[in-house]
This record gives sequence, C-alpha cells and structure tokens, in this order.
Amino acid sequence: MTTLNSRIPEGPIKDKWTLYKDKINLVNPANKRNIDIIVIGTGLAGGSAAATLAELGYSVKAFAYQDSPRRAHSIAAQGGINASKNYMGDGDSNYRLFYDTVKGGDYRSREANVYRLAEVSGNIIDQCVAQGVPFARDYGGLLDNRSFGGVLVSRTFYAKGQTGQQLLLGAYSAMNRQIARGKIEMFNRHEMLDVVKIDGKARGIIARDLITGEIERHSAHAVVIATGGYGNVYFLSTNAMGSNATAAWKIHKKGAFFANPCFTQIHPTCIPRSGDYQSKLTLMSESLRNDGRIWVPAKIEDAQAIQQKKLKPIQIAEENRDYFLERRYPAFGNLVPRDVASRAAKERCDAGFGVNATGEAVYLDFAAAIKRYGTEQAKIHGINNASTEKITELGAAVIEEKYGNLFQMYEKIIDENPYKTPMMIYPATHYTMGGVWVDYNLMTTVPGLYCIGEANFSDHGANRLGASALMQGLADGYFVLPYTIGDYLADDIRTGKIKIDSPEFDEAEKSVKDQLNFFINNKGTHTVDYYHKRLGQVMWDKVGMARNEKGLKEAITEIQEIREDFWKNVKVPGSLNEFNQELEKAGRVADFLELGELFAKDALEREESCGGHFREEHITDDGEAKRDDANFAYVAAWEYTGKPSEAILHKEQLEFKDIELKTRSYK
Amino acid sequence: MNLTLKIWRQKGPQDKGRMVEYKVTDISEHMSFLEMMDVLNESLVAKDEEPIAFDHDCREGICGMCSLQINGEAHGPDRGITTCQLHMRMFKDGDTIYIEPFRANAFPVIKDLVVDRMAFERIQQAGGYISVNTSGNTQDANSIPISKHNADLSMDAASCIGCGACVASCKNSSAMLFVAAKVSQFALLPQGKVEAKDRVKNMVMQMDLEGFGNCTNTGACEIECPKGISIENIARLNREYLAATI
Ligand SMILES: Cc1cc2nc3c(=O)[nH]c(=O)nc-3n(C[C@H](O)[C@H](O)[C@H](O)COP(=O)(O)OP(=O)(O)OC[C@H]3O[C@@H](n4cnc5c(N)ncnc54)[C@H](O)[C@@H]3O)c2cc1C
Ligand code: SF4
Ligand code: FES
Repeated sequence: MTTLNSRIPEGPIKDKWTLYKDKINLVNPANKRNIDIIVIGTGLAGGSAAATLAELGYSVKAFAYQDSPRRAHSIAAQGGINASKNYMGDGDSNYRLFYDTVKGGDYRSREANVYRLAEVSGNIIDQCVAQGVPFARDYGGLLDNRSFGGVLVSRTFYAKGQTGQQLLLGAYSAMNRQIARGKIEMFNRHEMLDVVKIDGKARGIIARDLITGEIERHSAHAVVIATGGYGNVYFLSTNAMGSNATAAWKIHKKGAFFANPCFTQIHPTCIPRSGDYQSKLTLMSESLRNDGRIWVPAKIEDAQAIQQKKLKPIQIAEENRDYFLERRYPAFGNLVPRDVASRAAKERCDAGFGVNATGEAVYLDFAAAIKRYGTEQAKIHGINNASTEKITELGAAVIEEKYGNLFQMYEKIIDENPYKTPMMIYPATHYTMGGVWVDYNLMTTVPGLYCIGEANFSDHGANRLGASALMQGLADGYFVLPYTIGDYLADDIRTGKIKIDSPEFDEAEKSVKDQLNFFINNKGTHTVDYYHKRLGQVMWDKVGMARNEKGLKEAITEIQEIREDFWKNVKVPGSLNEFNQELEKAGRVADFLELGELFAKDALEREESCGGHFREEHITDDGEAKRDDANFAYVAAWEYTGKPSEAILHKEQLEFKDIELKTRSYK
Repeated sequence: MNLTLKIWRQKGPQDKGRMVEYKVTDISEHMSFLEMMDVLNESLVAKDEEPIAFDHDCREGICGMCSLQINGEAHGPDRGITTCQLHMRMFKDGDTIYIEPFRANAFPVIKDLVVDRMAFERIQQAGGYISVNTSGNTQDANSIPISKHNADLSMDAASCIGCGACVASCKNSSAMLFVAAKVSQFALLPQGKVEAKDRVKNMVMQMDLEGFGNCTNTGACEIECPKGISIENIARLNREYLAATI
C-alpha cells in the first residue's frame, strides 16, 4: 500500500523553497537532451511547463485536444492574476498573500505549498511583462491593480476582461519559440487515454489522434498531467465543452491518489440558465463585484411581481431593496469570498426572493457605480452642475472601459442592456479545488508522474480566491515543476530511450482499444449527452451548493444506476478511425460517471462544512459554515481499488505552524 | 420557431462534399446557435444518422475554436461576436439558414464544418514571440513604464482569437489581419522592439508560404472580425515590413 509523504522540506516557512532549491539534484545540460518529458495539456500550467522544460534543454512532447495550445480553457479566465508586488503600497506582502490564500481556502491547504506560491507570484508578473503581455496600466505607464473577493488589498493584475487569454498567449508564444526550435513536439487534436507504467514508474501514454482515430504510443522518462479541472461532472459549468477529467481519472485508476474531490467552487456571478437545451453557463467575472452591488427585493410581493414580469427592477425604491451581502457581511460586503456569496444568493432564492422567471437569479447592479464615477469624472473635467444624463454618460464610459467586454457578452446572451438595468446572476460550478494528490514536488503517488494546474489539488484548500488559479498554473509551470522534476530525472540520465514495444504498452493500448470498440459496437438507445445531463442533475441537486447525508447517499446510488444504464444502453454513432466527436464525449462521460460517485462519497465522509463544501448538518447558529478542525483538518486522498465505492481513504494531516487556525469571518 | 438548414456535409478531406437539407422545429429564440446545432445532432443520433461535426469549445467567444460561415458570413449575421455567441433571436420563423465551413485553400476541410487551421500555428511559430527565457530572471515589471495609450492599443491587437474569420471573409483569403494583430501587439511595446524586424519578415514569409492570398485592402476582414481588430494594424504591419526590408 502506498503511503502519503508530502515531502515538505525542513526549515522556516520563508526559507523552505530557497534552501530546498539549493540542495535539489540537477540534470546537466548535456544529459537533458536525452531525457523525454510528456506534458498533457497546454493551458497556463502545461503551456508554461512545456516551454520552460524545453528551454532548460529537455525534449518535450506536448498534447492538447484542441487544434492549438492557444485554445486551452485558461483562455477564458477574465478577471486577473494575483501577485504580492505591493505596487499599490497598501501593505501587501508574501506573507499576506499566503495568509489570505490559506484563510480563503478555509484552512484546508498545505502551508508550505501556499507560501511558495506567494513567494514566486511577483516573478510571474515580471516574466509575463517581459514576454509582451499587455497588462492594464495607469496614466503614468505603471501597472494597474484591482481588488478581488476575500482580501483587503489590491493585488490583482489584469488585461481588460481577458487576463487568461493574454497570459495564455504569453505561454503559447514561449511554446511557439520552442516548437520552432524543435524542442517541443506539439500534438494538437490528440487526447491522452491512458498512462503507461513500467516498473511502477510513469513511462508513457496512449493517445488517440482525434482526426484519424489512430491510437498512438508515446514514451518518456516522466509524464506531466496539466489537463484542468473536472467541473463538467455537473454537465453545466463555466468550463469549456471539452473540459474533462479523463487524464486525471485514468491516472487515478493507475495508482495516483485523488484528493478532496468534493471541494468544488460554485461561482456566485454567472448568467442564469434559460432552458433545458442549455449547453454551458457563462461566468461574469468576479471583478464586477468591485463595482456592482448585489440585491434582491426586500418584499416578497415585489419579488413575485418581478418573477411574473409585472415589475421592473428600476421601479423598486432603494429602501425596498435588500443588499443582502452588505447586510450580512458589512466588513467585506459585496467582496466576500465566492462560497459565501454563492450560498447567500441561494438562501435568498430558496426563500422566494429570486428575480427571474425560474426564481433562480439575483441582481448585480451598477447604477451606484455609474453615478459615483460619473460625478468624479465631471469634477475632473471641470463640468459644474452636470446633469444626471451627463453624469450617467460619463460614469457609463468608465464602466465600459473597465468591463466593456463582459457587458457586451451579457447583452448578447440575455438581450438586456446592463448599463441601464441590473444584470441577473446566479451561482454556477466553476472551479475544482480537489484533484490529483501531489507532494511538495508536484509529483503524484506514482513515481515520475506529475500533476500541475487545476488538475492537482494543491493550493486552494476548500475554496479558491479569485485570480489565484492563474497564479498557481503559471507558478507550477514556470517556476516550480521545472526545478522539482530535475530531482527525479537526475536518476534517469543513464536510462536511455524508453521502448514502446513492451508488454506494458501492449496492455494499455489494448484496454484503450477495447473501450473504444465497445462504444462503437454497443448500438444502444440513448445518446452520451442524455447520460451526462442525468449525472449533472444529480450532482447539482444533491452534491451541489448544500449537501446532507441523505442526499449524498441517494446521489451515490443514483450515480451507480446511471452508470450501469450507460454501459448497457449508450449509443455512439460513426466509426473508430475518423473524426468522431460523440466517441470523444463517450469516454469523458464514462469517467465523470465514476468520478461523480467518488465526489459524493468524499462529501459524505467529510462531516463538516468548510469552504465550498457545505454540509447542512454542520452550521453555526447564524447559518454559516462550521468547520471541524479537531477531526477534519486533513486532505482526503483516495486510492482506487477497482470501484469508486471501494476507494480507500488516506489522510494527510495538515499542520498549521505559521497561521493560527481560526473561524473564517468576513463580517 | 421552425427552420430549414442547409448544411455542408463532407466525410473527410478526400470527399467532395455537398449541401444537405435538415428541418428543425420548436427552436427557442433564447438558444444559442450552437445549442440549436446540438438539438439537431441529438435528433440525428436518435435516428441513427451521423451527427454534424463542427468545432467549438469555450462557447463564450474567446477560444477561437468555433468557426462556421452562416448565410455567407463568417460567424453569422451579428457583429462583434463569434458563432458560439450568436443567438437564435437573430433569425425568424420559417428562415432558411446556410451553414458552411470557413473556406480557404490554406484551411482544408477535415470533416463537415471542421477545418484545419494549422497554417496559423506555423505563422505564429515563425516569429510570434519575444525571445525571452521563462527563467524568472527578468527585471521588475514596473522598471519600464509603457504609455497607457500604447499599452491599450497593444492589448486591442492582442485580443485576436485566431479564429480565421478574417481569412474566410476575404475574397483573396488573405491572413493579413491575423498576422498584423500579432506584429502590432509587439511593435507597440518596448519589449518587442528588439526583434521587430526579424519578426515581421519571418511571419510574412510564412504567411506567403502557406498560400494565403494578398491583401487588397477591401476591409471585409475588419467587418467580420469578432474581436474588432482594426485594419489600422495592417497599415502598421506594412510600415514595419517596409522598415525591415529596406
Ligand atoms: C470562465 C472562467 C474564468 C476564470 N477566471 C479566472 C480568473 O480571472 N483568475 C483566475 O486566477 N482563475 C480564473 N479561472 C480559473 C482558471 O482559468 C483555471 O483554473 C486555469 O486556467 C486552469 O489552467 P490549467 O492549465 O490547469 O488547465 P486548462 O487551461 O483547462 O488546460 C487544460 C489543457 O489540457 C488539455 N487536455 C485536457 N484533457 C486532455 C486529454 N485527455 N488529453 C490531452 N489533452 C487534454 C486541453 O487541451 C488543455 O490544453 C477561470 C475559469 C473559468 C472557467
Ligand atoms: S484577426 Fe479577427 S477574424 Fe482574424 S483570426 Fe484574429 S480574431 Fe479572428
Ligand atoms: S467556442 Fe470558443 S470562441 Fe466560440
């Protein structure tokens, strides 16, 4: 049985990473050429890792299911990236970023990893600027910052509402430079379907060429998984349609432990769903909460009139509005962390105060900000006695400058003008804090198999703060993994090329082909989406924003039933050796159907409320989440033994030496 | 609403391909265009017919994966958006909609509505980067102030999503807007100046090698570009190119 060793280096937290790097094994440049590394995924994490490893001299093969690395879902991140630069001079520091992240994560992350993240955060910004990432600047030409939820400083760097896009294009450009030099071999439109282990070590993968359908073998001395999160287990989420857990799940089945699957982030500000045909949900960036105020009608009769479209939000007088976040959390107001904001919105909607036809929406209102900015602009431009219209016009221009693309996106989807009427928003699945368990080196429980970015579980505990995923992805890829992987590969300099004609490759390829053949030949009755939607419904209803024992037990049984039905009756058209999108989806949904069960099991096991995991049995008198540090201050790392129901729980006890365990309060 | 769809079907690169007619009923105006395609595909699978292959991923207008020539226009009738952001309220009951892949010699069809845009990749690999190592040993980000004006223009150029609509809407199948967007992003920043000459030469050379047509300044690309990339960038590219070659 594998045991957990998190390999946290000795020494004071501030020096751990530096001291560790000084002592770590290195591979000399001449030897690096002969070492192959496979990187699956080219989002911020995989893209930055692939580029840096290639620069260091390793031979890299990178894989993505889209037709270009630039299309990884990191591209969709809107709001920004955190770094403790303290450019604003508002008292920020590495320690404060570390503290905010651990507290924001509700004390369920590993201190040493988080401190390292804070420590390298500043470097990320330097690196990106050098690469030509056009971050927003002020009139003096220096970098601008904004605030995100859960913190009291401005440390978020941004590029309009397209920060993820610009950061990814930065990593993509670094990759392109290495592709041109032949140091990275890029496999677009390829999907990894299994990992190959030889003598217990990860030594290669089986992949499918999505254009020709051909099954390929690729070998390497180490394999890095950077395939993003598993939010699509809910069917509807802010993830891309193709975002999936297959790589992470396949390595789990080959021995990598899966940690804290139940820690999932439901983001408060997404566009509400409109009908059964809905294929995905669209996020409205958290940055909007800098200027938008969240409210519902204070009177139930007003809410009902709105639901029946008999009343418009602008007709509701100020005193009849309930700014429920400002009311419940005066210190942080609209900028409370995501889990807190989401639950508060759900609470109001469950009580009947929702503001669209389905009753599942709250307002995000910019009228006050438009007025405030407009007045400020009028003063700056020396306009005395500006009319209300003029003020609105000036204020709207400021809002447009800050959030123009988000407002446009909203208007295209909902067909309402958010400059004139408040936006409607509702929580949606957005990010998965859980993921493949890794040690301080970002290595999984399988030697030579690494996991970075959203796919791993590491830094965000039970709740991720806004603008911290981009930071983590790039920290892992640019600054952490390229060092730590050398420590492992130093032993491999004499190994030579790994052969692909071995029994291990034969076996892995066979099992991949068997599954694909099954799908094509099954000729069942229901489409893949039919099963995915059923799974999603169970997950949302019973393993969503609020969970309880009864619901979780039901969810486990129901997921098992759906899975059984799927393997009997799924229908996949077309053939193997062609471009076949239904076949791609089938494999992904098969894995979600297993992951979903482990997710529910983990949620059932964790008898406390913390971060995004809210158990209705464990709440304080005023309805807030109640953590249980005495019994649950651990990482739940699950070992696969044949079925999700039989997974074995391993506990990594979390020690808090540099931060005092406290009840999280944003009041 | 009820609609008639005329959709390009093509088994693979060798197949000649043809338009096939489909009917869809009960389409809600709140659906996105691609959700309408999902509904059609679900019904095709149910009838044991092959669903229509089309590219898509983020479905929020940023990844650049979706394409489609809809009623002769790249990304359809609405402006400033991608196909995945197009909503059915742009159409009315009884309409006939023509759906085809992006057409250009440099974008061969893979299947049905899916095209191969690897030519764009190779252009980026030819010079779409600043040669700085990712070691982290770079100078402090605030050590070179950059005027807000230039930073904003650079950002506007950098917002290209690499979709290829500019090529598909150009009668010459020129990729100038796409190339100009990248060249401009870097040309407007001090960091990009060092390699500016090589970059523009190499990217333009690769563009020509890929078989994209010449730019004759028709401006069609700017109109159809979902990200509003301005053709002023093409003028900047031309200036950069001239400066690099004399
Ligand atoms: C709408 C949205 C907005 C966000 N906004 C912010 C923000 O403002 N700030 C912030 O910090 N975070 C934000 N996040 C979170 C953040 O964007 C993600 O957590 C992060 O970008 C994930 O990066 P990644 O590299 O781990 O994975 P991804 O970018 O998802 O990349 C996954 C890669 O894996 C590949 N892949 C997947 N499976 C396979 C397979 N089986 N075989 C081969 N390749 C595969 C894909 O092709 C892709 O290249 C946002 C997320 C969303 C969805
Ligand atoms: S310039 Fe516009 S149309 Fe052309 S690839 Fe870029 S975003 Fe698409
Ligand atoms: S699917 Fe991503 S831009 Fe349309």
